[in-house]
Amino acid sequence: MKYLDEYRDPQAVRGYSRALHGITTRPWTMMEVCGGQTHAIVKFGIDQLLPPQLTLVHGPGCPVCVTPLELIEKAILIASRPEVIFCSFGDMLRVPGQKRDLLSVKASGGDVRMVYSPLDALRIARENPSRQVVFFAVGFETTAPANAMAVHQASRQGLRNFSVLVSHVLVPPAIEAILSAPHNRVQGFLAAGHVCTVMGYTEYEPIAKRYQVPIVVTGFEPLDILQGVYLCVKQLEEGRAEVENPYSRSVSRAGNEPAQDLIRRVFVVVRRKWRGVGEIPSSGLGLAEEYSGFDAEHRFEVDAREVDEPSECISGLILQGVKKPNECEAFGVLCTPEHPLGATMVSSEGACAAYYRYRRMQVHDRRSGPRIREVPP
Amino acid sequence: MSSRKTIDPSGFSCPLPLSDHPLVLMAHGGGGRLMNQLIEKMLGPALSSPLLDQRHDGAVFEAGNARLALTTDSYVVRPLFFPGGDIGKLAVNGTVNDLAMCGARPLYLSLGLILEEGLPMDTLWRVVQSIRDTAAAAGVQIVTGDTKVVDRGKGDGIYINTSGVGVVANSVSVLPANVRPGDALVLSGDLGRHGVAIMNAREELGLESDIETDSQPLAGLVRQLLDAEVEIRCLRDLTRGGLASALVEIAESTGLHLEIDESRIAVREDVRGACEILGLDPIYIANEGRFVAFVSAASARTAVDVLTAGQQEGGAAVIGTVSEAGPPGVTLKSRIGVDRIVDMLSGEQLPRIC
Amino acid sequence: MCLGIPGKIIEIRGDDPLLRSGRVTFGGAVRDVSLAYVPEAGIGDYVIVHVGFAISRIDEQEALEVFRYLEQMGELEELREES
Repeated sequence: MKYLDEYRDPQAVRGYSRALHGITTRPWTMMEVCGGQTHAIVKFGIDQLLPPQLTLVHGPGCPVCVTPLELIEKAILIASRPEVIFCSFGDMLRVPGQKRDLLSVKASGGDVRMVYSPLDALRIARENPSRQVVFFAVGFETTAPANAMAVHQASRQGLRNFSVLVSHVLVPPAIEAILSAPHNRVQGFLAAGHVCTVMGYTEYEPIAKRYQVPIVVTGFEPLDILQGVYLCVKQLEEGRAEVENPYSRSVSRAGNEPAQDLIRRVFVVVRRKWRGVGEIPSSGLGLAEEYSGFDAEHRFEVDAREVDEPSECISGLILQGVKKPNECEAFGVLCTPEHPLGATMVSSEGACAAYYRYRRMQVHDRRSGPRIREVPP
Repeated sequence: MSSRKTIDPSGFSCPLPLSDHPLVLMAHGGGGRLMNQLIEKMLGPALSSPLLDQRHDGAVFEAGNARLALTTDSYVVRPLFFPGGDIGKLAVNGTVNDLAMCGARPLYLSLGLILEEGLPMDTLWRVVQSIRDTAAAAGVQIVTGDTKVVDRGKGDGIYINTSGVGVVANSVSVLPANVRPGDALVLSGDLGRHGVAIMNAREELGLESDIETDSQPLAGLVRQLLDAEVEIRCLRDLTRGGLASALVEIAESTGLHLEIDESRIAVREDVRGACEILGLDPIYIANEGRFVAFVSAASARTAVDVLTAGQQEGGAAVIGTVSEAGPPGVTLKSRIGVDRIVDMLSGEQLPRIC
Repeated sequence: MCLGIPGKIIEIRGDDPLLRSGRVTFGGAVRDVSLAYVPEAGIGDYVIVHVGFAISRIDEQEALEVFRYLEQMGELEELREES
């Protein structure tokens, strides 16, 4: 597949890995912001190609992991109502609320449907005029244009039986929250390439300057990630703190303007609570006044009280990069992918799930160093 | 006033903690870790027998001078009709294949039908014709059956159970226990077609493609491998949970370490495209006409040749080996040349946006 | 949070810019994709698609950057080794 396979080329990957080993002289801690990048790192084993001095921390760029418990509970309450068809991306279906997840609502008879695109939820609303169709509008800035379009079209088409449960979060405030935390260890960032495709990267320039951290706009294929790490390390070694954009085949400095226009029209910036992290001001999106009639939280008046996380779950500290999953007492014992305590174990790119897959290898592996087998000619 | 006896849940010796999963979930049928746990912690121990404990797709036993293989499978697929097939075709081929995976020549099938009240007779007739045609193509006969009807709303139209009996030649021993270090892993063809076809049809994901189920009877191919004197240790068809789950199961039950190479696993371009946009990994996707054969290293080449000659579509290849050492499990060398551990998923793989 | 995959536009329909959509192929698997956010994209162009929406048009020239950079690094390495 074009524009995919080339970025998985083993020789080029080796080239970047070698170059990276060549320029790294000191330990550095970097954070890759996006869950999709974490997924690629785990899937392709990219962290094994990095020099041992480098630490990659998995950031909170996973809307699955950061959607607050209260909102999951609200989703579960709404989905349980007989008149509701609850539509959601696949990712959210297994995220645990306090006791259940959306899949178990389905098990109890709720009409919970997985969709690929918010426009599919719109279609379901059109096809089922007597039912209330609720779409779980989750995501970072990448998904905001799609969700905005769904709401905007619902408004234009007068689709009264459609509403959205919004849990949008923004990346730059999260990065600032991480950098301004007293226990912060992150020295450089790999910014989320598709978030920046939509929003551009001007928002990161003042952050790089204020906190003196390099921020490299990084893609998702192995080559993109290695190049991102390389450029970030190069900046760190050279004492620079700039925003760089190697993912220029998709990202421009200004970003996607038609998308930003519709986001600005349909959404407003609000404060949002991040699961495990707490409230970050101006870090989320909520529906603008003109579209507030489509807000499922108002339409259904569900009351989900403050819900406490299981006390053993430290996903918040993990999302901020303060602790590693294997430093959690519940990890692998009380908390496993089959019985997750928090979202970071449920999501396939949650840091804990990613670690869990590697855990057995580390426990049993008697070899030292990365296991790289030679690619046959 | 009678005293109500309260049941102390800790008195249950069910080792699968009821409090963790008080309800059966879809994941318990997904072919992944949860289903594996249900079998290993509840069904297996409760129903234990020497044959069951072997955990193979079918049970092989002596009956007089012959060795017979017995297997059963149930089919609950939705939608009933999907690109390239239907529930009837799956029901016949699936059980034929389980028998083939024991090294058996499939002979007779039983057919249990559970029909939902209100199912159109036309639909039933379509499925019955498909069962007839598929059985004929697979060389098996339906010799006994049963039909039940359940209330409207209590079934998905049709559920089918097929059990099958086959005969295993005395020279043939196909079991996970036969697998040894140094053996080669041969994959019979390309992955992912069935699962993608079903998911697209069921979840209405909106993909247009020529992707159809790969459901086909495999007994003929197994026969050809045996005739070519390929030293087969073990066979496993790759149904729910895909290649990954099948290999992890075998690795765990044999205590061996398997190494596979992602670049040798064939996936059709359009299946790959569908997997990419849905965020799915082909090694976890269900297939209905694919198997992995553990063969001696010396007969690996022949095995691939036989499988290539015996099928229209390509993709048969040696994809890995059984390691000389290493903990029980499966390691995959990714496309970029780096190793990672393959584990079972806890449930069904779901499309993701993240 | 960002599963975006490159696909090729093979058909476009819709005059209303907000409703502009097209059929996009991903190695042969085709899907309807909203093109509302890539007004500059035309048939034959590759776009990054996320949840059924094209969010950018892939710039062919920029796509080669990562390889050019690698080449330059390789040349630098050679120079360093020579000197």
